[in-house]
Amino acid sequence: MNDAFFSLNLVHDLQSVFQYAFMRNAFEAGTAVALIAGIVGYFVVLRRSSFAAHALSHIGFAGAAGAVLAGINPIFGLLFFTSGGGVVMALLGRRAASRDVEIGTVLAFMLGLGALFVSLYNGYAAETYSLLFGQVLGISGTDVSITVVAAVLILIAIGAVYRPLLFSSLDEETAEARGLSLTVMNIVFMLLVAIATSIAVQIVGILLIFALMITPAAIAERIATRPLAGMAISAAIALAVTWIGLFVAFYLPYPVSFFIVTGVFALYLFVRAFQPKTEFVEP
Amino acid sequence: MQQNDSHSALVVRHASAGYGHRAVWHDADFSIQKGEFVGVLGPNGSGKTTLFRLLLGLDRPLEGSVSVLGKTPERGNPRIGYVPQRHPLDTEMNIETLELVRLGLDGTRWGFYFGSKKSREDARAALRSVGAENLAHRSLGTLSGGELQRVFLAEALVGDPELLLLDEPAANLDIRRQGELVRLVKTIVRERNLTALLIAHDINPLLPVLDRIIYIANGNVATGAPEKVFTSDSLSALYGAHIEVLRNAEGHIAVLGVEEVHHHHHDHYLHHHE
Repeated sequence: MNDAFFSLNLVHDLQSVFQYAFMRNAFEAGTAVALIAGIVGYFVVLRRSSFAAHALSHIGFAGAAGAVLAGINPIFGLLFFTSGGGVVMALLGRRAASRDVEIGTVLAFMLGLGALFVSLYNGYAAETYSLLFGQVLGISGTDVSITVVAAVLILIAIGAVYRPLLFSSLDEETAEARGLSLTVMNIVFMLLVAIATSIAVQIVGILLIFALMITPAAIAERIATRPLAGMAISAAIALAVTWIGLFVAFYLPYPVSFFIVTGVFALYLFVRAFQPKTEFVEP
Repeated sequence: MQQNDSHSALVVRHASAGYGHRAVWHDADFSIQKGEFVGVLGPNGSGKTTLFRLLLGLDRPLEGSVSVLGKTPERGNPRIGYVPQRHPLDTEMNIETLELVRLGLDGTRWGFYFGSKKSREDARAALRSVGAENLAHRSLGTLSGGELQRVFLAEALVGDPELLLLDEPAANLDIRRQGELVRLVKTIVRERNLTALLIAHDINPLLPVLDRIIYIANGNVATGAPEKVFTSDSLSALYGAHIEVLRNAEGHIAVLGVEEVHHHHHDHYLHHHE
C-alpha cells in the first residue's frame, strides 16, 4: 500500500501513518463512525432489530448507486434512501420490521435496483466495490466533514431522546401506557439507524455493516448490564477494531474492512468462549 | 346516577368498548371505591385488557363514560401504575433489574437526562417494597417467572401511583407462586391504600384476598362481591347459557359449562386485542 515499514517503535509508526493526509482522513472518519455505530448499534441490539438495520444498508445501496449514476455524491443517495426506508419501516410498526421474509424481499429488490444503476453508469467497478465493501482509505475531505457533522448530530439526538428511547426499547407496552408514542420512538430510532448506516458504509461497506453496527454492541450486551456502560463498551470495541484495522491496513496490502471484520469476529468468539451468558437459575 | 365523589377510584357509566363498530362488551355500569382490590375475570378475548386500555386512555369507550380518579382517562397518567401482560421473550435481555424499575420513574423524561442517583435509590426502595431488593443487580434474563412479576410490580409502584392495573401477572406461575404474588399485591394495596385491578384466569388463588370482582363474558359485564358474582344464577345470566358453579369444602370454586359457551362465541378471540 505504501513504502513504509512496520517497526517496533509505535510512536515512529504512528508518525509515519499520520504523515499521509488520506490516513488522517481515514482515522477521523473511522473514529466518528465507530463511536456512532457502537452507540446506535447498542439500541439496535436491545430492540432486536438487527435485520432491519441490515436491510437499511441494502436499501442504501440502491440510493448510493443511483446517486453515482446521477452524478451526485453517493453519501446523499445513501442518506435519502436509508432515511426513507427507515421511516416506512417505522410506520409499518416494530412487529412488521421484524418480518424477515417481507424485508428480505424488499432488500433483494433494492440490491437488484442498485445493480441496474451500476450497469447504467457503465460500470466503474471500483465505485461498486467501495460501496459494497467500504473504501475508507480513499475518503475525501468533504466526506470526512459530512461524516463528522452527521456523527455529532446523532450524538446530540441520542442525548435528547435517551430515556424515552431506552424505555420504549426495553418495555414497549409500559412505555406506551405511560404516554410515549411508539410510532414516534420507532421513527426516531429508524432515522438514527439510517444515518449511522449511511456514514458507516464508507468504512466497511454495505455488506459488512453488521460487523461495526451489531457485533460490538452484541458483545457489549453480554458484558454490561447497565445501558450506559453497554454503550460505552460497544463504542470502545468499535473504535478499537477500527483503529487497529486502519493501522494494520497501512502496512499490509489488504482491505481495511477485512481487518476490522476480523478483529470484531475474533473478539466475538473470545467473549462467547470465555464469558458465557448467565444461564437461567432456578431460585 | 352521578357517583363521581371523592371515594370512587373508577366510575363507569353505560360504557361499551371495542374496535371499530364492534363492541367487545356493552353497557358496563359500575364504580370501584378507593382502596378496593378488584379481580377482573372472564374467558379469553372477553375484553378484560380492553377495559384496562380504556382506563389507561389508550382507547375510548364506544358509548357511555369512564372516569378514573375523578378524571376522563388520559394517556400517560402518572397516577396509574400498569403491569402489562408480557411474553417471556421480551425479557431475554442482559439488563439489570434496577435499570428497568428506574424507567418506571423517569423513562418518559426527554432531553440530556441519563438518570440520577435519586432515581436509582427510589428504584431500590420500590424493589425493597416488593421483597426483591436482592434482585437489584441481577440480569432480567436470569429471573424466574415469579421474580420477574415482582420486578414488574416494582416498576409500576416506583412512581407512587394511586391505581394499580395488573394484566394477568400470575399467568405463567404455578399455584403456590400465584398465591404468593396475590398476597403480596394485597399487602401493598393495604399498606399504600391503593386501588388495584388484577386480571386473572383462575379465581381460586384470588378468592381469599379480593374485595370485589368484575366479571366479563359474552359481551356483558357484572360487578359485585366474589360470593355474589360466583353463583350459578349470576354467571348463567352473564353468559346467557346454563352455567354451574361448584364449591368444595375448602371453598374452591369450579365453573362448569363455560367451555361450550365460549366455543360458541369463538369469534371474540379474533377481536381480542394483543
